[in-house]
Amino acid sequence: MLRTRVIPCLQLIDQALVKTVKFGKYNYIGDPVNTVRIFNELEVDELCFLDIRATIEKRQPNIKILKEIANECFMPLSYGGGIRDVETALKILSIGFEKIVINTSAVENPELITEIARHSGNQSVIVSIDVKKSFNGNYAVYSHDGSVKTRLNPIEWAKKAESIGAGELLLTSIDRDGTWKGFDLEVIKKITSAVSIPVIANGGAGSINDIRKVVKEANASAVALGSMVVYQQKGMGVLINFPDRLELQKVIN
Amino acid sequence: MITIIDYGIGNLGSVLNMLKKLGVPAKITSIPEEILKSEKLLLPGVGSFDTAMTRLNESGLFGVINEMVLEKGVPILGICLGMQLIMEGSEEGELPGFGWIKGRAYHFNKRIPFTLKVPHMGWNDVTLTARNSLTKGFDEEIRFYFVHSYFVRVENQAHSMMKCNYGVEFDAAVHKDNIYGAQFHPEKSHKFGMQFLRNFAEIWSCSGPELSLACS
Repeated sequence: MLRTRVIPCLQLIDQALVKTVKFGKYNYIGDPVNTVRIFNELEVDELCFLDIRATIEKRQPNIKILKEIANECFMPLSYGGGIRDVETALKILSIGFEKIVINTSAVENPELITEIARHSGNQSVIVSIDVKKSFNGNYAVYSHDGSVKTRLNPIEWAKKAESIGAGELLLTSIDRDGTWKGFDLEVIKKITSAVSIPVIANGGAGSINDIRKVVKEANASAVALGSMVVYQQKGMGVLINFPDRLELQKVIN
Repeated sequence: MITIIDYGIGNLGSVLNMLKKLGVPAKITSIPEEILKSEKLLLPGVGSFDTAMTRLNESGLFGVINEMVLEKGVPILGICLGMQLIMEGSEEGELPGFGWIKGRAYHFNKRIPFTLKVPHMGWNDVTLTARNSLTKGFDEEIRFYFVHSYFVRVENQAHSMMKCNYGVEFDAAVHKDNIYGAQFHPEKSHKFGMQFLRNFAEIWSCSGPELSLACS
């Protein structure tokens, strides 16, 4: 059987690895290339990198860092942040990343999803959807690293992304990011039942039990981990780590 | 020296990166003369079957590779679509493959439960169905990273090296004489992939080209 993927989802700001809380304040974690060497040794099965400020700081993806990462990492890699055109996407794919993550540029120019898929296949395009629950209980899609509220409805946007070529969705709950409070099962369930492409649940993981719940109760195809893999524990210091493989398998497979 | 055949399809960077990490000399080339001088060939591939075969035919590489593999007995490893190309053909296209190993590629759709997503993407367990130079060092619990919508079934079970199950059982790796194929991506399967490519690199060191059959 196919194994449920558990993916460290690492946040970059240019050359620095950071970790945010609710897309706001962040801590410096370390040097990305040294960090991935540790993940390599931990034999994690997939890694995702997001330069969370590339779009709002109007930067291009840092190809030099990405190349160094690709030279060190022998597992599937995805990257998002500051990708606005097919050329940049193809450049990143050509250096050894399998998947391109787009968020703001997909909202502003959905055609980009189709164009990347046409060049490199649907499996190479992950559309990232950042969601936040409003006071009335409805969910809204945000772009620009959570700073711009769009008019998109998360379910409609997920379905549209799928229909125009997205191979996967990375669904992030802004409210849960960095909180260790568990995934937002409600919105994840809504999206996983609306689309047939894999949905990677992101934001809030704090324990193995949270991972179990999002897989078993919200049908996530894959699980992204942030704080859990860069901190020793909640409120404690930096420690690059990964949950015990056997324990993970017991709860999710 | 491993020659990675570049026929304009797929990203060859990752394979080269892993071989570099293993300390195995390798180069990427599309030049027939260089391929003709190769000690060992690696045929990667991402994309569609007919596009790949068309490129191989139009560039003249088809004949060159055939000569190297069939007449000179040079070891070759086809990866992903590269493995499907060494079979007789695929449901995905009309063109014949190299046909070195009898068998074809079939689409997952309608052959697996509808709850399973296509492509088959992610890490999956494989079981060994044969022992040879490429399975050295593999014991129980072997897993590799897969991304594919078509799966291969060999006609003669003697040519199956590893099997995998994704709603349907298929050949995850194949082998016949100097010809090897892997449906998975060793270059993205960390320690398992490294062992696999190291094994392929080492077939060479135990022999000259004419002896490679004997030690495989």
